[in-house]
Amino acid sequence: MRREQSIFANIDWITVALYLVLVILGWLNIYAAVFDEEHRSIFDTSQRYGAQVIWIAASLFIAFIILLIDGKFYSTFPWPIYIANMALLIVVIFLARDVSGARAWLDIGSFKLQPSEFSKSATALAMAHYLSTLGIRMDALRTKIIATAIMALPMVLILLQKDTGSALVFSAFTLVMYREGLSGNFLLFGLAVAVLFILTLLFGPQTMTILLGAVAVVIFFFQRKRSLRNAIFVAIGAAVMAGVVFSVDYVFNNVLEPHQRIRISVLLGTEEDPQGAGYNVNQSKIAIGSGGLIGKGFLQGTQTKYNFVPEQATDFIFCTVGEEWGFLGSLVIIGLFTLLIVRIFLIAERQRSAFSRIFGYGVGCVFLFHLGVNIGMTIGLMPVIGIPLPFFSYGGSSLIGFTMLLFIFIKLDAYRMQQLR
Amino acid sequence: MSYGSPNYQERMYVLVAITLVIAVVFLIRLFYIQVLDESYRLSADNNVLRYVTQFPARGLIEDRNGQLLVYNEAAYDLMVIPRQAKNADTLTMCNILGISKQDFINRMEKAKAHSPRKASIFEKQLSVETYAELQEKMHRFDGFFVQVRTLRKYPRPIAAHLMGYVGEVNQRVIDQNPYYKSGDYIGIAGLEKSYEAVLRGKKGVKVMMVDVHNRTKGSFKEGRYDTLAVAGRGIVCTIDAKLQEYGERLMQNKAGAIVAIEPATGEILALISSPTFDPNLLVGRARSGNYAMLNRDTLKPLFNRALMSETNPPGSTFKVINALIGQQVGVTTTETTIGCRGGYISGRFRMGCHPHPGPLNLRQSIQHSCNAYYGTVFRDIIDHTGKPWEGYEIWRNHVLSFGLGVTYDTDLPVEKKGVVPPKSYFDRYHGVNKWKSLTIISMGIGQGDLGATPLQLANMTAAIANRGWYIPPHLVKEIEGDTLPKHFTERRYTTVDRPYFDPVVDGMNMVFQQGGTGYRSRLDSLEMCGKTGTAQNPHGEDHSIFICFAPKDNPKIALAVFVENGGGGSKYAAPIASLMVELYLRDTISRPAFEKTILDADLLKLTE
Repeated sequence: MRREQSIFANIDWITVALYLVLVILGWLNIYAAVFDEEHRSIFDTSQRYGAQVIWIAASLFIAFIILLIDGKFYSTFPWPIYIANMALLIVVIFLARDVSGARAWLDIGSFKLQPSEFSKSATALAMAHYLSTLGIRMDALRTKIIATAIMALPMVLILLQKDTGSALVFSAFTLVMYREGLSGNFLLFGLAVAVLFILTLLFGPQTMTILLGAVAVVIFFFQRKRSLRNAIFVAIGAAVMAGVVFSVDYVFNNVLEPHQRIRISVLLGTEEDPQGAGYNVNQSKIAIGSGGLIGKGFLQGTQTKYNFVPEQATDFIFCTVGEEWGFLGSLVIIGLFTLLIVRIFLIAERQRSAFSRIFGYGVGCVFLFHLGVNIGMTIGLMPVIGIPLPFFSYGGSSLIGFTMLLFIFIKLDAYRMQQLR
Repeated sequence: MSYGSPNYQERMYVLVAITLVIAVVFLIRLFYIQVLDESYRLSADNNVLRYVTQFPARGLIEDRNGQLLVYNEAAYDLMVIPRQAKNADTLTMCNILGISKQDFINRMEKAKAHSPRKASIFEKQLSVETYAELQEKMHRFDGFFVQVRTLRKYPRPIAAHLMGYVGEVNQRVIDQNPYYKSGDYIGIAGLEKSYEAVLRGKKGVKVMMVDVHNRTKGSFKEGRYDTLAVAGRGIVCTIDAKLQEYGERLMQNKAGAIVAIEPATGEILALISSPTFDPNLLVGRARSGNYAMLNRDTLKPLFNRALMSETNPPGSTFKVINALIGQQVGVTTTETTIGCRGGYISGRFRMGCHPHPGPLNLRQSIQHSCNAYYGTVFRDIIDHTGKPWEGYEIWRNHVLSFGLGVTYDTDLPVEKKGVVPPKSYFDRYHGVNKWKSLTIISMGIGQGDLGATPLQLANMTAAIANRGWYIPPHLVKEIEGDTLPKHFTERRYTTVDRPYFDPVVDGMNMVFQQGGTGYRSRLDSLEMCGKTGTAQNPHGEDHSIFICFAPKDNPKIALAVFVENGGGGSKYAAPIASLMVELYLRDTISRPAFEKTILDADLLKLTE
């Protein structure tokens, strides 16, 4: 066994480098997005880009602390961390100030804390701990229920804060469960439901039911054995799908909030509202689309700087990338994120302990979800769901949250040599 | 790791694949919207770029002596964008403008009602002093700015019909000509219209960037795409401002027209249509109101009588033309004398004449304006081939060569061609070739189916003054940076030969001698040539006409005067012509009492 030389020993420097590059690029883009002639200094703390310097410093400090703490800490205390975080989420529901409908922020002095950003780390720890327990098998129903509960509790609490986007992030843990043995059918079923959801909204439930019936009949006749058993299977499948179709209609019209309904309708093109619900996405696409191949250049973007894109420093920060750096810049940023996520998956696979591996997948899947939903939203492939782009969107809580998520994993990875299998 | 249970390691590849698929889908989408689809770039430009038109100063118009007729005056309008005007120093603003606080609030409300984000006029046409004071303190008035416009200004209130006016373009012009955009100004009448392309200059554009609230954020790419406005070019008008002004004074309280031409060049020295109006009335915001007022006036001040009044017959002034044509076709000579028994008599037909000595030769027939003489000459012209319709066409072609019954197509803003009917006109009324000279005999003395504008009469006079040619009358002498079109300076010859003019000119000269119809309007030691005329007016008092040129040799001015309801030509038209000639050639009026009679005459009161 190797002796530790320092806290930086065995650290995966590739991941750390990707992290630092993304954080610095993120900072420069925030500067460009809200650039103000009267406050030209990137360190001017009265502006968001100046404030981001403070958050970066805080994040690096926290990353350092995480590396200092013994690797065993995280596998020893996941439950106290999880429970404490859930308690904090409950406190937020009652104490938070209403910020445009959501009650997700706690005011601590002039500092606004968003506890849901830290729930990702807590949930990943709890999930990793539970699924890595000896004798736990993913194919057991009990395991599925408990794992889903671990994932669902923060979702429900955050939904109660009316922060739908942050709540949805936790569904990324389904992918972690898949890696640990959850049947692929669940993912396929989820995918089927998503496809049906979209098709139903486009064509209506009646048409979809007829279509499903037709597909069922075709599938039946293409089967090698046209037995009664198979017929019943196909019929049940079709009926379930039809059930989904009608529940989609019900959920869409009775469960979703009006603003969510219209965001989805705008995305699917069934409604047009360029001045209202479609405004954000429309302006976002204009900003990105006007960047061209090589972009307009640093600080030369007009759509974001002159406030045509709302939330240009937070949820829509990718617009600045697209506008000022063009397709090539977007390619680089998406490439860096892809590298980071794939690197995390690869590191996860090299772990000796199941706990570290599962936590690693949790980290990778959360990043993947944020990347997919955030950039998908800015280019009109996803409905408007307000979640940040890791390291790029302005905000202390999210930057610190993502840093914690990543560096706990880096620490666990550095610690792997000292772990027994 | 227990070997009994699957470890699902390969599922990493599924997750990596999902990651890569998402990345690739995003990149395809980005490639599409960023590189392939140009529409986003246009939308972005629409969002952020504002093309601010830089309006050039309109060209100036001078008279032939360099006197300014039209110039531009800067007008300063105080504009406000209500949304940005939250922190303005209201009190100071009120003090500078001299308005009450309530007034300020009212104006602000009105601007807000128009648009909170776009500029509205807060105070129009500030004085230069107020402008200076405001500009000094502009930093205290967020959301306010001063917009500079130029207005046309006429230092002398003359020649309104010639100058015309400018106004905003209408949709029809915008559709036809891509140069004009809504809100642009364009010459609508007069020289402003004829020389629009010269006077307007070239608009420039300044590309500005704005933010989402329409606030200006500076110039786009340091002005790389800006173009400078090119100022309009000036023109020098043929008008003599002093003569024009005097003519307008002489015509005060009278309806009618005066046209004066320099025979050698065809340049119009004065073109007066009365009643007229102050051209400054048709400037700026008051224009539409004043225009409506002028348009309602029953005396039709907007109607340019000098160019548009085409149905009035030339009356006896036309006898000089028949004298010329008669000689040319050989039906009369200087020696031909014709007796007058109180008119032209043919069988039971009688075209009356006024008392005068007789019999008269050609020269005397002009001096005394004998109807019998010209009835006879006209009959002989029409009948000289034996076929009246042939004779008529020959006669008509001679008439057209004097610029009657045609247009000149120079730079006159409007132009009527007058009436010299073709043969077919009479065929239609009387049957093909079923008419004879007697049917149309009144044309011999310039009545009947003839019509000429005052401009045409003046031009006809210039053709006689030149003894056989004229240059198409036009209004502009010089165009800055350009030359006049060739046809503005080309002679058009009459079909009557040079020698036949001398006796006619002599006769016109005798008009001013003892016994002549213009004797009262003679000028000492100036050889003038003229001819009186009376246009019969079935609706009231006859119209008084006079044509004249002077001096007899090497003439400098030819003019026609037309006074509606002025009675005989010698009564008003001849004195006015005489005074015009005197002012133009001698620059002073030697007959104040004579002048006063004309200035005091109020013919408009008579018609009421």
